Amino acid sequence: MDKNNNPVLLEVQDVHKKYDDKEILKGIDLNLHKGEVLVILGPSGCGKSTFLRCLNGLEKIQGGDIKFKEQSLTDKNVKLQEIHEKIGMVFQNYELFPHMTVIENILLGPLKVQKRNKAEALAEAEQLLERVGLLDRKDSYPRQLSGGQKQRIAIVRALCMNPEIILFDEVTASLDPEMVREVLDVILGLAKQGMTMAIVTHEMGFARSVADRIIFMDDGKICEESNPEEFFTNPKTERAKHFLNIFQY
Amino acid sequence: MQNSGIDVILQGKNIQRLLFEGLFVTIEIAFISIIIGSILGILIGLSRTTKSKVILFINRVYLEAFRIIPTLVWLFIFYFGVTTALNIDLSGEVVSIIVFSLWGAAEMGDIVRGALQSLPQHQIEAGKALGLNYFQLYRYVLIPQAIRRMIPGTINLATRMIKTTSLVVLIGVIDVVKIGQQIIETSRFEFPTASFWIYGCIFFLYFIICYPLSKISKNLEAKWTN
Repeated sequence: MDKNNNPVLLEVQDVHKKYDDKEILKGIDLNLHKGEVLVILGPSGCGKSTFLRCLNGLEKIQGGDIKFKEQSLTDKNVKLQEIHEKIGMVFQNYELFPHMTVIENILLGPLKVQKRNKAEALAEAEQLLERVGLLDRKDSYPRQLSGGQKQRIAIVRALCMNPEIILFDEVTASLDPEMVREVLDVILGLAKQGMTMAIVTHEMGFARSVADRIIFMDDGKICEESNPEEFFTNPKTERAKHFLNIFQY
Repeated sequence: MQNSGIDVILQGKNIQRLLFEGLFVTIEIAFISIIIGSILGILIGLSRTTKSKVILFINRVYLEAFRIIPTLVWLFIFYFGVTTALNIDLSGEVVSIIVFSLWGAAEMGDIVRGALQSLPQHQIEAGKALGLNYFQLYRYVLIPQAIRRMIPGTINLATRMIKTTSLVVLIGVIDVVKIGQQIIETSRFEFPTASFWIYGCIFFLYFIICYPLSKISKNLEAKWTN
């Protein structure tokens, strides 16, 4: 199925990002279509995580523009909080709130930000927990859970806001190998349901099976952009070939 | 025959005076100051998370002033200096509450700042990513976590403040130590060992105010870390 005909949710135009004098992103253009799964690959320090964080306005950009459904993130009249509601994010280190139980973590956004009805939000939260197989842990505290469980809860927390896009920032990088699978399976399930996602990852096999489109970044720029089959079997640039070779012993 | 020293405590109205005149004044000064100091301190602590250099500088000077200059000197500055300079009349107790509140606020501000800044930056981002506004971020995510980190420092500060109130004798406030001295003076001939028993009693009184605080602190810490 070609998702390029779907409406564009995120429009990225010539984005530049600097920390002090160091330029991290050197002009990035990209469109993210509804229902599309975009995987961002690249060596450490290439700017892929920074780019992802720019997409929901967690990082300010110094040049170019990012538009979410025609609303510019750089426009002072656009409320970033409303954008955050629509673009969920899952972090490398879960970032669950340690003083709240699982269910409190999940309901904080729906109840306080979206002011939803408690019974209705709770029903949705429990349904989502059921889906990731963690309904029995809803009254646990994050410290009582394994890394894989925490990350699945973090995904549920993002999902329960009913976002239009979810950003995944190296969500399996802190996990023990045997827990990576359970988290990736959840993301794969979301992809099948048509969730729009942008994923930064180092799991090549996963990238290949989940992605509709791969972008390969190096040194703050997009080096290569193609579909996963082509990228993994026949990369066009030397940099991408070199990068992929590192993952093969 | 000489009386047994311990009887001095129960002699006449001595124990009532120690408890209801002396200890009451000590507790009054300490607790009012702790409450005012905590409220002001929380505001100061929140203000110190700003990037404004002016606010940070003023806070810095304020905190250092109370750390460097001994509390006794502050009591003298307010009791003798400020009252004369402004030509106002303040009782020793009022001056004590002002000085201890200002000291408490300075130290509390530093505890609050430390607790807020020790929270991982990512917690702020996780809150923002859920669409929380600044008020909600502090109310639901940062302050509840900061309070847990503030408990040991706050209890330590409270017990220090309670103990340091013994300095108020020197600006004429009749606290538990002063009453003790008066009893010792008047019982000098009847009970030569009165000082041992009276100061022993005062030691015990301070202990029963401060000990529950450390106990509460221990329980809270245990509750939050299990």
